[in-house]
Amino acid sequence: MSKFFTSSIGQKFFMSITGLFLMVFLKVHLTINSLLLFGDGELFNRAANFMSSNPIMKIIEPILAIGFILHIIYATFITLKNQTARPQGYKVASKAKASWASKNMFILGGLVLVFLVIHIANFFWKVKFGAVAAITYNGNELHDVYGLVAGLFKGFWWYDVLYILGAIFLFLHLTHGFWSAFQTIGWGNEKWTYRLKVIAYIYATVVAGGFALIPLYFLIKYII
Amino acid sequence: MKLKLNIWKQENAKAKGRFEKYELDTVDAEMSFLEMLDSLNEKLIKEGKEPVAFEHDCHEAICGCCSLYINGHPHGPGSETATCQVHMRAFKDGETITIEPWRAKSFPVLKDLMVDRNAFDKLMAAGGFVSIDAGQAPDANANLIGKIDADKAFDAAACIGCGACVAACKNSSATLFVAAKVSQLALLPQGKVEAKRRALNMIAKMDELGFGSCTNTGACEAECPKGIGIDFIAKLNREYLCASFSEAE
Repeated sequence: MSKFFTSSIGQKFFMSITGLFLMVFLKVHLTINSLLLFGDGELFNRAANFMSSNPIMKIIEPILAIGFILHIIYATFITLKNQTARPQGYKVASKAKASWASKNMFILGGLVLVFLVIHIANFFWKVKFGAVAAITYNGNELHDVYGLVAGLFKGFWWYDVLYILGAIFLFLHLTHGFWSAFQTIGWGNEKWTYRLKVIAYIYATVVAGGFALIPLYFLIKYII
Repeated sequence: MKLKLNIWKQENAKAKGRFEKYELDTVDAEMSFLEMLDSLNEKLIKEGKEPVAFEHDCHEAICGCCSLYINGHPHGPGSETATCQVHMRAFKDGETITIEPWRAKSFPVLKDLMVDRNAFDKLMAAGGFVSIDAGQAPDANANLIGKIDADKAFDAAACIGCGACVAACKNSSATLFVAAKVSQLALLPQGKVEAKRRALNMIAKMDELGFGSCTNTGACEAECPKGIGIDFIAKLNREYLCASFSEAE
């Protein structure tokens, strides 16, 4: 067990479980965000305020941050180590049948990270530490998170494009990441390896497509 | 057929190599790839030049010696074929063929297209064996093995240890090779006894020898001349994780 944490499969195991955890988070995140598409924002505001004021979230938030940090640290470490395994490359690059995403997970992850930093600065940081306008529903004063999101997506078309781009990078990252996470923890055989790859595309389409739909909705409804 | 060849030449393990260009116009479409290289070498010897060193032995895809990286594919074009099974009809007249050795830190080039694959022997020595006395060939019904397990073990045993998985992998990982050996033995009663220790030791050795780790691209499976699937890697992961959690060390 002591060698597990430094072995190649052990490190991949942590990539896998943190990845699976982050994928569960994405699904929860998307479910709440999808409320942006319905009504005048009250539904979303109530959900967003419920999440930010919930005591359970105080525990889950740092766990989520640790999940991201571990996933990124292990990815960097594994990628750097793997690059030393072939000091001299080929003249003719490999033409082996393998998806582009699977060979460029670190680059895709890096692009998703850049998006994530912008995304956190746009919303999470402002809700958590900044001043967000208040809105009153039936005497309850809540943060107007809907106003913050809608203001950004209605006011700047390039933010819409940026968020759609972020969703595309996430889609590519998930097409490989989803089934790869299961393969690493040992779920794969002559039938399920293929099935998991199919489910990966479905999951990536639902999640990334869902996230892209929100800026696309604001772009089409208010800007174009 | 006329061919333009672009071949890696390297005097010895320490020398700095380079690509040499050769032209060959006596190639028959029905020649095997290795015969084509033989005819190139005959020509070079007649001209008083140094022939190209390459490894080959059985010519029937069971020894795993013919380790050539041809036009971006280990073992050249075609699926589930070793270099010795590739024929010149797979190429076009006038085509340029680039031939490189396997590239991996753990497979240093010895000369030209020959690499030292001793790292695979070291991996086998770390656990790719059964240490119980298996005795004479047993009676067919002495050890009952289910059909599914027997077939799976046989599929894994098809691995010839050529190293194409390492050559194809962007991380030069030997995971498919280790997966084939670990799976083959773990599926059979003789090998089950040491299954946990084998998985732990072979992975520890793989990491120590400087092979990369598996990132599940599937390039190894696509290039394996014996069609070893990455479902064996999932099995290796299962074996390794169970062994790591249960073995006290």
